[in-house]
Amino acid sequence: MGDALTGLGYQRWALDALLILPLVGAAVVLWRPPSESKRLALYCTLAEFLLSLGLWWTFRPNAAMQFEVARPWIPGWGITYHVGVDGISLFLVLLTTLTMPLAVLGSWTYITRHERPYYALLLVLTTGMLGVFLALDLFVFYVFWEIMLIPMYFIIGVWGGPRRLYAAIKFFVYTFLGSLLMLVAILTIYFALARATGEASFEYSHFVRHIEYVRPWALWLFAAFALAFAIKVPMFPFHTWLPDAHVEAPTAGSVILAGILLKMGTYGFLRFALPFFPAVVMDPVITAVFVTLAVVGILYGALVCMVQPDFKKLIAYSSVSHLGFVMLGIWALTLQSVQGAILIMINHGISTGALFFLAGMMYERRHTRDLAEFGGLAKVMPAFAAALTVVSLSSIGLPGTNGFVGEFLVLLGAFRTHPWAAAVAATGVIFAAAYLLWAIQRILFQRLDRPENASLADLSARELAVLAPLIAGIVWIGIYPAPILRRIEPAARALVTQVRQAAGAPPLAQRPPEPAAGR
Amino acid sequence: MLVDLATPAGVTLALTPELVLTVWTLGLMVVAAWRHREPQASREVGLLAVGGLAAAALSVTWLLVRGATPAGPVVMMALDSYRYATALIFLLGAFLTVMLSLGYVEREAIQIPEYYVLILLATLGMMFMAGSVDLVVIFLGLELMSVAAYVLAGINRRNVFAAEAAFKYFLLGAFASAFFLYGIALTYGATGATNLITIRQRILELGLGSNLMLAMGVGLLLIGFGFKIAAVPFHMWTPDVYDGAPTPVTAFMAAAVKAAGFAALVRVLQQAFEGLPLWQGAVWWLAAITMVAGNLIALAQRQLKRMLAYSSIAHAGYLLVAVSSGSALGGGAFLFYALAYTLMTIGAFAVLAAAGTGGEREVLIDDLSGLAARRPWMAAAMTVFLLSLLGFPGTAGFMGKWYILSAAIDADQRLLAVILVGASVLSAGFYLPPIMAMYMRPAPSAAAHEETRLSGAARWAVAVMAAGVLLFGFWPNRALEAARQGAESLRPQTSYTSLGGGP
Repeated sequence: MGDALTGLGYQRWALDALLILPLVGAAVVLWRPPSESKRLALYCTLAEFLLSLGLWWTFRPNAAMQFEVARPWIPGWGITYHVGVDGISLFLVLLTTLTMPLAVLGSWTYITRHERPYYALLLVLTTGMLGVFLALDLFVFYVFWEIMLIPMYFIIGVWGGPRRLYAAIKFFVYTFLGSLLMLVAILTIYFALARATGEASFEYSHFVRHIEYVRPWALWLFAAFALAFAIKVPMFPFHTWLPDAHVEAPTAGSVILAGILLKMGTYGFLRFALPFFPAVVMDPVITAVFVTLAVVGILYGALVCMVQPDFKKLIAYSSVSHLGFVMLGIWALTLQSVQGAILIMINHGISTGALFFLAGMMYERRHTRDLAEFGGLAKVMPAFAAALTVVSLSSIGLPGTNGFVGEFLVLLGAFRTHPWAAAVAATGVIFAAAYLLWAIQRILFQRLDRPENASLADLSARELAVLAPLIAGIVWIGIYPAPILRRIEPAARALVTQVRQAAGAPPLAQRPPEPAAGR
Repeated sequence: MLVDLATPAGVTLALTPELVLTVWTLGLMVVAAWRHREPQASREVGLLAVGGLAAAALSVTWLLVRGATPAGPVVMMALDSYRYATALIFLLGAFLTVMLSLGYVEREAIQIPEYYVLILLATLGMMFMAGSVDLVVIFLGLELMSVAAYVLAGINRRNVFAAEAAFKYFLLGAFASAFFLYGIALTYGATGATNLITIRQRILELGLGSNLMLAMGVGLLLIGFGFKIAAVPFHMWTPDVYDGAPTPVTAFMAAAVKAAGFAALVRVLQQAFEGLPLWQGAVWWLAAITMVAGNLIALAQRQLKRMLAYSSIAHAGYLLVAVSSGSALGGGAFLFYALAYTLMTIGAFAVLAAAGTGGEREVLIDDLSGLAARRPWMAAAMTVFLLSLLGFPGTAGFMGKWYILSAAIDADQRLLAVILVGASVLSAGFYLPPIMAMYMRPAPSAAAHEETRLSGAARWAVAVMAAGVLLFGFWPNRALEAARQGAESLRPQTSYTSLGGGP
């Protein structure tokens, strides 16, 4: 398969095609009548997914950037359209292209008005998100990072729930605030490097190579980057936009927000904040602050979940908790923890995406998200009950599901550098079991005491088609994560080594003596 | 092409654009005087005005393409890319204003054909302001522009708010002119010259870096300019004047008139006072206060027109950041942003003009509710303009803001850059609500927005502006290069850095 694609020159045009195809799709959707919108959007996103699958086979498991494309864009300012993929971004790209067709399917009956602009915006959003993960030029990255705000803003604001206006503007302003300071930081680095090296360029590799010239202001610059990413993650205490946005967004919007948009923040830490400012990152105080915030996020998110009567809000807060694990893995900065963090990013996309889909299916049937309104659904909706149980167990991190592998790796890696933090974070898994099992209990079991619930229809074929790929992913990664970890490992190792070496700390990029990590 | 400014032929050549526009304007005035006050006549005069602007633009382009350079010292009018670039921006602003006005004056029954003549006169004044290297000629240009603008503000005599606007504008404008003139006088007193290049030489030769009289002169000049560009705290007249004037005139004042003030300010500061410690701190503070105050007050507005008026004050603040850097990068940032700003501001006012009647004072932001369903293209264009004003990627406004931030950071004014982005975040609070209203709120009634429509010419103008905003947002290369060249052409050969400011 890989050879056949290489023969077609896949490496040269793959990323261009991935970025352009959704835009063409959006134009076609706008051009054709609204009755065809969802079908066209589905074809387009499926084509996009198939196209991206080639990355899986042609990707070489090494630390280098691959599939690179570079063309001058604004030469006067040293701006190049430069994109590429490595082990860190590969699975985020695949996750994005997998989520989008499901998001279209998930919106099939939910979105009933203004279908044309809705599906066009979903497609534009696809390009925006892929662009963020692919960009290797800081200007290009910034443009994609901001541009994808607009489709999401409209998706929340036009098709969202009752408090959608408030949620939309809050989402926009929070992200905008963070990213503008990052813009100042990018420009500061750009000019400092231009003066020091005589080469004016926004290239990612140029920044990484010469970053030592900005050492005097590294702390401030890091703070600007970290704020932008921490808001996006969202890290405690910058998470307050998240419950509003997730709850008010339409189902597909919540899925995309949780599944992909949040990963942009953690991706930003891995791709930019850590390699740019190794000395700051390895500073014990800074590390302590971030590790503490990560652990607080894990526990806080879990505790808030315990008392949520609203199922969608519960899932939203569980994201805060899960992303806390990702942040812990990133900041522990060992090979296992970083690998685990990347894996949780994928797992969370799959499980939380599936949970939001399930919540949407409940909402479409009952038009409420209040957990107290449900009960005993296992009797009337057996397929739904099975799906919800599997997905919840994955979100809890039961061994045998994907959730376990990622969290185990993070805790394992973090234990080597921050044993106390890892120990406290591990209790988050217990809380997760508590709140999710309790929620399942209230939805699926107990007495079927509401007459409205007695006549609910079980999952349709379309809904099964949405959930099946996600459940397959849950089981596959849970049982056999090796092919994925193998592709992540070189890039993760290179990152950990580079940051630790640049800061003069012990490497810690090797596997520990015990063979546990390879599961 | 070398132009010998000592010969009448050379001077005529150098002044071609201004001469073409002057002759055309005077001719048009005669034509207008012979017409009856009816829609047909007004439309004809408007179309003829477009012709005049096109002719002037052609002659500017001709000078630009032929690369006219002066043989010998420049006394009155510069022959540099900066003059051509600014002239083209003013002509573009005037052209767009005329296109908007064609349908507007008919709807509002402002049947005064001289309206277009005044727009041409004001444009002529702007070209003199930005193109001259002599303070006295700059002042003449300023007055020509201002007097025409005073009349334009009050041209709708049936509207009391327009009368108030004109009166206020005139009084404060006259006040500002006095400051400006006094500044020229003091500068002349200190240096014995009104020519910018000579002033610079005298300052160098006589070591006037910290001369008190010169400092006062520069300060008064700054105050005069501050009024014209509506920088806080000299902005008090702006909201009422912008609010009361007919909307196309407001667009013209917010875009072209303000750009002209800035163009002259940049030329004066960079050609005569480059590198002097006299003004940079003052402009730094003006920029910071203007950005913060403009955005904060705009945040509190519920009327669209007033919101746009305050937003134009905020944008003056952004432009002042470019001025404050005092570098060629800052000059280029000013030129590019002025172009972007002209397109997006006039565009936003154009949609406002379509959304109301009777001067559009009463149009609330909420009145746009549901516009997207009824007028999808107009709502889309307005969204593009507002996002560009916000400085969102993919629009010219973003490239412009990026350019300005570059200039600020290059000049080591990082704090000012941070204030700028902070102010931009505030501005999301008032640029997003109209978008929300248009797309996310239902129309108050089925018949809403029935009357909201653009006339044929205005529709084309809006399409061109929206396309331009997007084009310069994605492929700004040509415009950036032109801006860079324009800014470079202002730079004096020697530097002041040796001067510093002694005690």
